[in-house]
Amino acid sequence: MSEFFTTTAIVATLASGIRLSAPFLIAALGESVGQRAGVLNLGVEGVMLIGAYAAYNTALETGNVLAAVFVAILMGVLMGAIYAFITVVMHAQQGISGIGIYLFGLGITDLLFQKQVGTPKPIDGLQSTSVPLLGDIPTVGEIFFRHNALVYVAYLLIPVVWFVVNRTTFGLNIRAVGETPEAADTLGVSVTWTRVSAILIGNGLAALAGAALALEIGIFQYNLTAGQGFIAIALVYFGAWRPSGIMAGALLFGIVSSTVLQWKTLGIVSGSASSFTAMAPAVLTILVLVVVSRRIGQPSALTKPFDRSD
Amino acid sequence: MVTTENPDTSGAPSLKALWYGPLVGLVVPVLAVVAALAVGAVLLLALGASPLTGYAALIDGAVGDWNAVADTAIKSMPMLLVGVGICIAFRTGVINIGGEGQIILGAIFATLVALAVPDLPSVFLIPLVLLAGAVGGAIWGAIPGALKAYAGVSEILSTIMMNIVAAQILSFLLQDLLIEEGAIKIQQTRRLSHNADLPLLPGGTRLHLGFLVALLVAVIAYLLIYKTSLGFRLRAVGHSPDASRYAGMQVKRSVVQALALSGACAGVAGAVMVFGSISHRLIGEGGATAFTQGAGFNGIVVALFGGLHPLYTVPASFLFGGMLIGGIELQRELQVPAALIVALNGVVVVFVVSSLRLKTKLQRWSEDAVLRRGRK
Repeated sequence: MSEFFTTTAIVATLASGIRLSAPFLIAALGESVGQRAGVLNLGVEGVMLIGAYAAYNTALETGNVLAAVFVAILMGVLMGAIYAFITVVMHAQQGISGIGIYLFGLGITDLLFQKQVGTPKPIDGLQSTSVPLLGDIPTVGEIFFRHNALVYVAYLLIPVVWFVVNRTTFGLNIRAVGETPEAADTLGVSVTWTRVSAILIGNGLAALAGAALALEIGIFQYNLTAGQGFIAIALVYFGAWRPSGIMAGALLFGIVSSTVLQWKTLGIVSGSASSFTAMAPAVLTILVLVVVSRRIGQPSALTKPFDRSD
Repeated sequence: MVTTENPDTSGAPSLKALWYGPLVGLVVPVLAVVAALAVGAVLLLALGASPLTGYAALIDGAVGDWNAVADTAIKSMPMLLVGVGICIAFRTGVINIGGEGQIILGAIFATLVALAVPDLPSVFLIPLVLLAGAVGGAIWGAIPGALKAYAGVSEILSTIMMNIVAAQILSFLLQDLLIEEGAIKIQQTRRLSHNADLPLLPGGTRLHLGFLVALLVAVIAYLLIYKTSLGFRLRAVGHSPDASRYAGMQVKRSVVQALALSGACAGVAGAVMVFGSISHRLIGEGGATAFTQGAGFNGIVVALFGGLHPLYTVPASFLFGGMLIGGIELQRELQVPAALIVALNGVVVVFVVSSLRLKTKLQRWSEDAVLRRGRK
């Protein structure tokens, strides 16, 4: 244990914690937009996998990271269109259809990987770039300012999502259809289109989160996300639907994950004990939900389909 | 939510109204599956395989001969058991996505019992391991139930997290405490007591007692939901928690009971999967849904397909079991990766869930039409 409490190990753990928090953060911010509009998307995990594979395969074929990110987002938006049709138009039960999307993503990415790639081939993923000046600060620079571009994007998304949801007409509409769709409808806000747009944004970001994951580690494999999408959904509850709260949750989970990894590398946990560290995020999620659930109410119309004729 | 009961038509009772509803209830989900298979056909074409050959292989694999039928029935068992549990939970207005974890805990509890008292005669040991499975699943269901009732935690999220925890507990036990002693480190227990083997049913196939157990649980669940005061209370809570509370019902306790009962059914599935398996061991193969074979998720779809009625869930589970077993044959015939079946499974879930509203609308519409005609 003592080898963990050295400056180098702790700095490395914090830095990689921030890096690992990026996929959680991006996916959870996207999910929060959908939930504010009253749509629970349990398919985040599947869409993340699709985004991850799309990015991986594009990077493998073209070597162009920017194209990889673009294709991933495109695939996410496409999945979003499907999910929007299922939940907003067909009024399907959101929890269950999300599981359908998850299974689809899990299967289709494995299928395509086996068909198109076969054996694992590493790609040149995202390189870390040191922010000029800031990156040179000792310790602080190492922890905060020497990451790849998508990590910075993830953290820049926090104010962007906050601004869109709280300071624009579109954001007002999102919150209105998430709380009282009937009232929003009466005032001429299209519940359908507001929710569809929120879903498209959420799924685009979920796919981007998957891309961030795949491009960061430079490989793809079956079930690459390993439950991160589900945790991202829980983070939205953790963060009480606020971007700043979601950031705190993502950081917490990123650092927990990186600590677990660091302990494995240092040999502090090994063999069967790694099962306990692997379940730590899930247990933590449940505990966190117990603490936060009483405190704040969710959007009133969450998971409730809207139908004028009902 | 979904309902198969016809609304009160006491003003103009009509024989047709009794027929139309269930007919639509049957046709729409079947159409949903056909539509999903059409998507599958596109996937097959994209993979350069012939959908016609593929689906012929699927049907052959599912019901081609008695062995195939038995395999289908074996595959349907856990889904039926989970599905029956889902009926109880959903009727109470609780979403249980924790079937996966509840199966695993049921399997672990049953295995522990079989390891503890291996010499008990079959007559006692078999009911005991099934009961242990039910207890394990019930505990794993009651926890998110209590969290929902007393701490306001969304059961959708907590049950998913409980799945992850259960999978890791299984992985730990099979790497550590329960691993078979020997040179090769495979994640499995030793062969469990012969006395706990579920006996094969006559007919010369692999079909075992678990099949009858699953049917029995479905019937018990039906009686429980519709013929007991507990079932009445659960349905009342599912229909309107506020009204139930006003009527003096214990809403919180009902939520815990529903999830515990739901988990118990899934737990029995876990026990059946261990003691009805060919290896008669608890095996973890790694991967997200390896031991459970996704039955915890598929059980939800099966239940929805059966209109959340335990008895209609029986044929629904057969349809799904057939599709999954036939899928193995399809995969063998066309040399496509098994992942196709997982993807197709997801498509079917999406289509079936999407079709439910269409079903309710059509049913309402057809009943209205019949009633109008009756008045003329």
